[in-house]
Amino acid sequence: MTAAVAAPPGALLRELRAVHALVLRDLLRMFGQPLQTVVMLAQPLLFLVLLGGGLAALVPATAVGGDYRTYLFPGVLVMTVQTPALTVGMRLITDRESGYLRETLMAPVRRSSLLYGHCLGGTAVASAQGAVLLAAGSLAGLPFHPLLLLSLLATLALTAFMLTALTAALAIGIRGVESFHTLLSLALMPLLFLSGAFFPLTALPGWLTQLAAVNPLAYAVDVLRRSIEGYVPGTLATTGVRWAGRQPPALLELLVLALMGAGGLAWAARRFGRLE
Amino acid sequence: MPRQKEASDSAGDRAGHTGRYAICAHGLTKRYADAEAVCGVDLHVRPGETFGFLGPNGAGKTTTIAMLCALARPTSGRAVVAGADVRTQQQQVRRGVGLLFQQSAVDPDLTLERNLYLHARLYGLPRARSRARSAALLELTGLTERRRHRVRTLSGGLRRRLEIARALLHEPGVLFLDEPTVGLDPHSRAQVWDHLARLRAHRNTTVFVTTHYLDEAEHCDRVAILDRGRVVAEGTPAALKAAIGDDRLRVRTGDDAAAAAALREDLGLRPVTAPEGLTVAVAAGPRQIPRLCAALAARGVAVHAVSLTEPTLDDVFFHHTGRRITPPGAPLGGDGNRP
Repeated sequence: MTAAVAAPPGALLRELRAVHALVLRDLLRMFGQPLQTVVMLAQPLLFLVLLGGGLAALVPATAVGGDYRTYLFPGVLVMTVQTPALTVGMRLITDRESGYLRETLMAPVRRSSLLYGHCLGGTAVASAQGAVLLAAGSLAGLPFHPLLLLSLLATLALTAFMLTALTAALAIGIRGVESFHTLLSLALMPLLFLSGAFFPLTALPGWLTQLAAVNPLAYAVDVLRRSIEGYVPGTLATTGVRWAGRQPPALLELLVLALMGAGGLAWAARRFGRLE
Repeated sequence: MPRQKEASDSAGDRAGHTGRYAICAHGLTKRYADAEAVCGVDLHVRPGETFGFLGPNGAGKTTTIAMLCALARPTSGRAVVAGADVRTQQQQVRRGVGLLFQQSAVDPDLTLERNLYLHARLYGLPRARSRARSAALLELTGLTERRRHRVRTLSGGLRRRLEIARALLHEPGVLFLDEPTVGLDPHSRAQVWDHLARLRAHRNTTVFVTTHYLDEAEHCDRVAILDRGRVVAEGTPAALKAAIGDDRLRVRTGDDAAAAAALREDLGLRPVTAPEGLTVAVAAGPRQIPRLCAALAARGVAVHAVSLTEPTLDDVFFHHTGRRITPPGAPLGGDGNRP
């Protein structure tokens, strides 16, 4: 009995424990700072209520395929998961400055496991916040339907994972929080506006639609909107990304998200492995 | 079980005679693009020993520790730490060592208890064991009452104690401490050393500690002096001090240059001139004082004061490198230099 307890645990078990520790850290931090979490959730809600409320009477249903608030909801959801996902990158940089990252790197596990832990932690926090915002779906005219909510949550989790992996990959090479901030504020605006969150991508001039087709957020918004399409009568999700003039199937769009996430993760793991 | 045996056997083969040591390094070198940070360091630290690694800032202490903990890859040379090779068995090395960084960090937004628990899990301990170890170490470091406080609320000294507790969670056989007392007030510094002494008494942990406070090196069984990436002296503090001459005489005179010449030519001594006077190393200092005063008087040099001190580790460092380890204004080794 004593020997069984003293025997070293399996290598995989150890890696899993390390991943779990990092995810748990992120969740504990979230529950430890309820005010910050509420503030993070307030911003997308304000967008939904103020921008959606203001424009709903102005934007004709024919332009966006239904009520504007319903149209805006996928974008609001993506905004919700975006902030916590980006926080992971920020944390990597502050952890590196404070020395916490070096402590983490001392753990007797693979470097890649540590990175997966960081990314999964960000994904978990972002998904939790996305789930809270899903409860506000009725403001946008969404019915309370478990299947709809589940499919939206799954897409949000995938989106959060993709964003986390890409931000982590970027953040590893950056030394200061300020330069990371600058980079983000430069990148976020076009990413959001070219995602179809606020207006149909089909309304953009041709060269901008090309850009939108390589924007990961455009796929996330489009998949979410297409999930909603079947549940809210009178909505049509035909204004999203186009490949050679045709709308790609939703499954293919999900695959694009997953591939971008996996690519980001592989890139991040490569850079993470070289840190000293 | 057979797999585990095989692993330890092969580690033993590779380690060869190094198996007797907790830390054993040969020709350890780290070269960066622009400079050689550590050049050919040899170290032999026995299990249970407290080993001091002294040197000024930038001497290569932290880089050496990073290599011994398998955080940085040596450019050349090899080292076996806690029975595992730092180049080929990195994870085994890390399981066997605990490390306290110079700028150690704990998550300020989490409680003491949670910081320890998360760290234990990161090191692969099961849940129940992580909880038990965290509680035991909070007890050992006297932090149990504060366990539900956020780390943000701790003073520097208490935080350091928490970090020591964290480094010990996975029961490492070798503990590396990189400047464990830097930035602490004298009282907290003394407490850290108390804790280390207790640890040694309880668990026979090997402690490898770097410091540039020379008085702290007196707590060590043996010390090595590192300068510009090279070990320039190694031994017990007493042996190192004995090796450079028994005593130091500090002489203040009306004319230091003439006095230096007199000591050199008439008594065959090798005085060193400093702004605050002459220093000369002599055997059997008390008996030399009259002789020295007579020699100076014969040359007509006025002697204002002569004081006798036993050599400090700072003198040892000066002897080997020609420089002082302690920057001006900082506390020197020994008690007499602080007001």
